[in-house]
Amino acid sequence: MADISANFLGIKSPNPFWLASAPPTDKKYNVLRAFEAGWGGVVWKTLGSQVKNVSSRYSAVNFNNTRVMGLNNIELISDRPLEINLREIEECVKLFPDRAMIVSLMADNNRNSWHELIKKVEDTGAHGFELNFGCPHGMTERGMGASVGQDPEIARMVVEWVMEKATIPVITKLTPNVHSVVPTGKAVVEAGSNALSLINTIQSVTGIDLDTFVPNPFVGGKSVFGGYCGPAVKPIALKFLTTISQNPVTKKVPVSGIGGISNWKDAVEFMLLGCTTVQVCTAAMTHGFRIVEDMCEGLNNWMDEKGFKTIEDFIGKSVDTITKWEELDINYHHVANINQDKCIHCGLCYITCEDTSHQAINLAYGDPYNIYSIKEDDCVGCNLCQLVCPVEQCITMVEKRVAPEYLNWVEFKKQGLPLNDH
Amino acid sequence: MIKPNRLSPEQYAENFSDIKPPFDNKEAALVEANRCLFCYDAPCTKSCPTSIDIPKFIKQITTDNIKGSAHTIFVSNILGGGCARVCPVEKLCEGSCVYNLLNEPPIPIARLQRYSTDPAIENKWELFHRKPDIPVKVAVVGAGPAGLSCAHVLSREGINVTIFEKEAKGGGLMTYGIAAYKVTPESCQDEVDYITSLGGIDIKYNQTLGVDFSLDDLQRDYDAVYLGIGVGLANKLNIPGEDLEGVEDAIRFIYDLRSHPLNKIAVGDRVAVIGMGNTAIDAATQSKRLGAKEVTMVYRRTASEKTCTQHELDIALLDGCNMLWLAAPKEIVGTNGKVSALVCDLMKLGAPDKSGRPAPEPTGETITLEVDMVIKATGQSPYTELVNQEHLDNQKGKISVHNTATNIPSVFAGGDCVNGGKEAVDAVQAGKDGAAAILDFLKIKSK
Repeated sequence: MADISANFLGIKSPNPFWLASAPPTDKKYNVLRAFEAGWGGVVWKTLGSQVKNVSSRYSAVNFNNTRVMGLNNIELISDRPLEINLREIEECVKLFPDRAMIVSLMADNNRNSWHELIKKVEDTGAHGFELNFGCPHGMTERGMGASVGQDPEIARMVVEWVMEKATIPVITKLTPNVHSVVPTGKAVVEAGSNALSLINTIQSVTGIDLDTFVPNPFVGGKSVFGGYCGPAVKPIALKFLTTISQNPVTKKVPVSGIGGISNWKDAVEFMLLGCTTVQVCTAAMTHGFRIVEDMCEGLNNWMDEKGFKTIEDFIGKSVDTITKWEELDINYHHVANINQDKCIHCGLCYITCEDTSHQAINLAYGDPYNIYSIKEDDCVGCNLCQLVCPVEQCITMVEKRVAPEYLNWVEFKKQGLPLNDH
Repeated sequence: MIKPNRLSPEQYAENFSDIKPPFDNKEAALVEANRCLFCYDAPCTKSCPTSIDIPKFIKQITTDNIKGSAHTIFVSNILGGGCARVCPVEKLCEGSCVYNLLNEPPIPIARLQRYSTDPAIENKWELFHRKPDIPVKVAVVGAGPAGLSCAHVLSREGINVTIFEKEAKGGGLMTYGIAAYKVTPESCQDEVDYITSLGGIDIKYNQTLGVDFSLDDLQRDYDAVYLGIGVGLANKLNIPGEDLEGVEDAIRFIYDLRSHPLNKIAVGDRVAVIGMGNTAIDAATQSKRLGAKEVTMVYRRTASEKTCTQHELDIALLDGCNMLWLAAPKEIVGTNGKVSALVCDLMKLGAPDKSGRPAPEPTGETITLEVDMVIKATGQSPYTELVNQEHLDNQKGKISVHNTATNIPSVFAGGDCVNGGKEAVDAVQAGKDGAAAILDFLKIKSK
């Protein structure tokens, strides 16, 4: 049995699975249920400025039979009295001392507000802070949330205020609503933030009701940009995470990954790109806290299979595999191969290649089943056929190197080799 | 004893309820519709005699475009509602669904087809518009699948179509020749009404070719004629006792069952059904469901050579029908002029015959079934006398055609009266082919 426990800046948790700052971590009742279910830690829903919520608050994107492929929300930070939150945090820490208790903060934009809030929360016994510089709706109109995270200098200033006062670890949560998360990430690390977490939600309009003509969530005939999360945002989160894990300044601090993590495999991917812990919200909001059971068991089994004793053994292992385009090997080439024994003759490979790619699949008419085969000379190895094929391992990519030696774009150009020759 | 009224109203209702009910709700339909892989040059479409673009109509269900979905079905098969109920889909579209190759259940294409066509028929969606009237008249004989399909295509082009139907209702064998748990008389009527709601199609009922009018009359009064007259009663067994009281024709039996209240239909205590095609199955299951105590299906070959589908055979087996394989009727024995037993030769399989199937040969032994009713379902006979009387070239009563044209100028034919009896869906395609040939003959360009 592998050891799946995590140690994040000295904050220990029995597993790397934390619940993200969101409705599931809004109060003691939920948090205790989460801890009983087995979650390693929680980031308590953001405390700070006074707010008032509206309804409705959520909308979603469904895809074929899958509901909530993406979730969108316009809920603000905690709308419960601060004192009740603080008391409940303290109680949860006492009841589950082995779990990580991080508290998300978003104070009004002045040093004093931040200092007061930090002091009050530290008194609860919480283990760390997460600074909410990412909320993309509502709070931004008041100069908070993503408004802070989108401006590296403002973010730097607020982190400096926080670090003046905080005695427990500080994580800064980054907004993805920027062209790059690195400038803000760098600024806050330089200002002393002990760690980073990303991504917060992405501004979105999830769709428009074709009867009312108003997008959801519907609030009295109007809607507003919300924050998008769930499985749909995972690839975007992984990309932002990679830039943080590769930057010389930001890669020095631990990262807690967020963005569409629904199962142990998603979590492992975030960890391979540098995360020490991961945070989950949408998956729990669509299936309940019980999903953590398979997350722990799946991670454990995978680590055993790979021979990893602790999560440290594989954290960051994939960071260096993502490179610049100009460093890719131009002499690497592969072509598709269709296993005729597995082919069910659906023709999807053919029609996608024929209509949208390189006309590299041959169709031999049959009644009712056509036979499809690859025209190897025409195949550019794009993978599209493999992606659309409904049968596992039916289409495989067979390596056919152009030449044995590694050859990148820079060298290719230097040698004056032919361009646009396809 | 052969008698009606064997069951309570509740039992009749239960026994004759829809065997393949539609999806209860949108979610259930979507689970299946979303499973569809949207195959290219799809095997299901290629296995449909009318070439319905099945992946397209299923995709349209997933996009909430049910009207578009229904149109996709009807444009290829205007009887798409009925065919969704009666087609032997396990040997057509669903049988070739690529999921079968993964040993997974195929997409329930027929039920999805009902999901789109039922609301279209129920709400009379106007999915087709006739072109402006043109001064061309075509007569269609027979309001069965072939005739209706032909009439719809022609009327869409602005042609005025008159259909002559010998029965009091349209639909042909859909209405009169198929088990009642597959299609109800009401659904057949709704479908006929939906087809004629296009306009330009006038059905004249109780008009029999050769009796009320002749082909000469039609040739004189119309620019073209389409014959979709179907086939008649079951083939004769040509064995002693065939005229005894209690020997029934399967088509007549099902016709009566479809045109009278169920409790008025008489059935024996012990029934033998001769044949193993889908009509034989219908006759056997309906007998059982009408309250017969024992139903035995008699077939001179084995299960491997049966002409019904396995799905159909399973229905009969689940209904508790007995199967007597390798038995050929030799004599029907009577007492006081009524059936009392069926004597069969026991057979064995020999060398293949011209159908390619092993030919059954008598073993010399016989078996006697004590029965009080015998239903013949060994294929149907064409209207040989009628087609000869109308001077139509034919082969043993099956009208000879060249690209749907008969030997008589301006007279076209298709469906069972040409092919000898196939599925309803084949007749629908035959009607489309006939309409295309007629348009060509009349030099009318469609589309």
